[in-house]
Amino acid sequence: MSTSLILALALLGGLVGLDVVSFPQAMISRPIVAATLGGTLLGHPGDGLLMGVVLELLALETLPVGAAWYPEWASASVVGGALFASQPVPMAGALALAMLAAVITAWAGGWTMQSVRRLNGLWARRSLSAINAGNPSTVLNLQLRGLVADFLRGALLTGVAVALLLPAMTVLLQRWHLSAGDSSAVAVGIAIAVAASAAWKRSRAAAGASWYLVGGLAIGLAALVLL
Amino acid sequence: MRTWLSIFARLFTVQSSWNYELLVGTGIGFCTEPGLRGLPGGRQGTAYHTALARESRYFNAHPYLAAIAVGALVRAELDELPPERIERFRTALCGPLGSVGDRLVWAGWLPFSSLLALAVFGLGAGPWATVLIFLAVYNIGQLALRAWGLRVGWRYGLQAAAALGNPVLRTGPQYIGRAVALLAGIALPLVAGRVLRDGRVLLGVPPDMTTGAPAGMHVDSLVGLTILAAAVIATLLVRLQGRLEGWRVTLGVLAALTIYSMLR
Repeated sequence: MSTSLILALALLGGLVGLDVVSFPQAMISRPIVAATLGGTLLGHPGDGLLMGVVLELLALETLPVGAAWYPEWASASVVGGALFASQPVPMAGALALAMLAAVITAWAGGWTMQSVRRLNGLWARRSLSAINAGNPSTVLNLQLRGLVADFLRGALLTGVAVALLLPAMTVLLQRWHLSAGDSSAVAVGIAIAVAASAAWKRSRAAAGASWYLVGGLAIGLAALVLL
Repeated sequence: MRTWLSIFARLFTVQSSWNYELLVGTGIGFCTEPGLRGLPGGRQGTAYHTALARESRYFNAHPYLAAIAVGALVRAELDELPPERIERFRTALCGPLGSVGDRLVWAGWLPFSSLLALAVFGLGAGPWATVLIFLAVYNIGQLALRAWGLRVGWRYGLQAAAALGNPVLRTGPQYIGRAVALLAGIALPLVAGRVLRDGRVLLGVPPDMTTGAPAGMHVDSLVGLTILAAAVIATLLVRLQGRLEGWRVTLGVLAALTIYSMLR
């Protein structure tokens, strides 16, 4: 992968990383969007979407609530989408390995988000007297610094992850012995399980939710058989 | 109107300087600032600086429902209500704006939009149709919520807390919860089917996978087995809620799969 392509992916990772918390929270940071964009940069939006769908299933479990630590799926999805789309020919294990790379990046991304929050806190503490004096430029500065720090966080994370994980994935793919069907089934199966448990946790408080789930499953399975 | 639009635009950056000390405090200060310019003396006046300092202190809210707080606080400051009343309002509003927003958006509207897009993908939609449907559905909801919140806060000032009793906020999560359950049932089997039947995933299938029976039959068995195994694991994850996170399990399973495939 060329340096300019890694830089373009890093830029995209920075933009979607910004959307997670800082700006504008329009959910371009969701895997289904971010991974598709990542794959598009490599000329394969369909591959990006495939990875995005699998990661979206995992991300359904994550509640981006306030101060809690959670995996950051935005930059991770750009990485996952790009790594999956970067394989010149379909290879067994590509889906599972790109997904593994994305989950590792999401885990690291969670920590980088906490670091940015601590950095914002440091800047806020240092500016406390100006904030208490109602200085508008200080407030504006804190907002801008937060935006820039978060953008750089996402961009650096994406760039470093792609640069490190792509060669690792290439090496592992050459030694991959499981069939594509088996390895993809395991990867998709675990993602579906996480999504199903997340959907149930989110909806079970609603009256009659179990009947809606069973009804939905009947429709889904019927459509799967008929289509 | 110009002030309203300026505040509305700033609402998209309300969490830009989120930190563990002030949480979303400086963001609230930043969003209210265009409105505070209307205080006596304008940007140079003492009232403006005092109000901005007050609004930039510790605050916590869901980012979309923060719009209610921002509108209400601007109205209260422009009405020159006593500072202690404004402080009390800020303190009282923190908890409800967070919990109502989390239930309605993060645990409701977002999974609903995601599952809808996943179902559309499962039914055969292409990349851009899937992405656009997700973004359109989700953003109609979040933009409407922000605009409504700012309008309600702006109009009712410190009485805006009553807006949290709005039927959409109160019973909306119930309806969305049912829709999430229904959509999950529809989407998940379809997604499993489409991903596992995708040529990109299956082109690497070695010949032995397809011997003895038509390839399609093998793929269908694979999809069926995957859905069955996923249902069993999902039940375990629900039962072990709080002790086991899905993404950690995924990390473990994928790492084990990689090691197994290398050593095989």
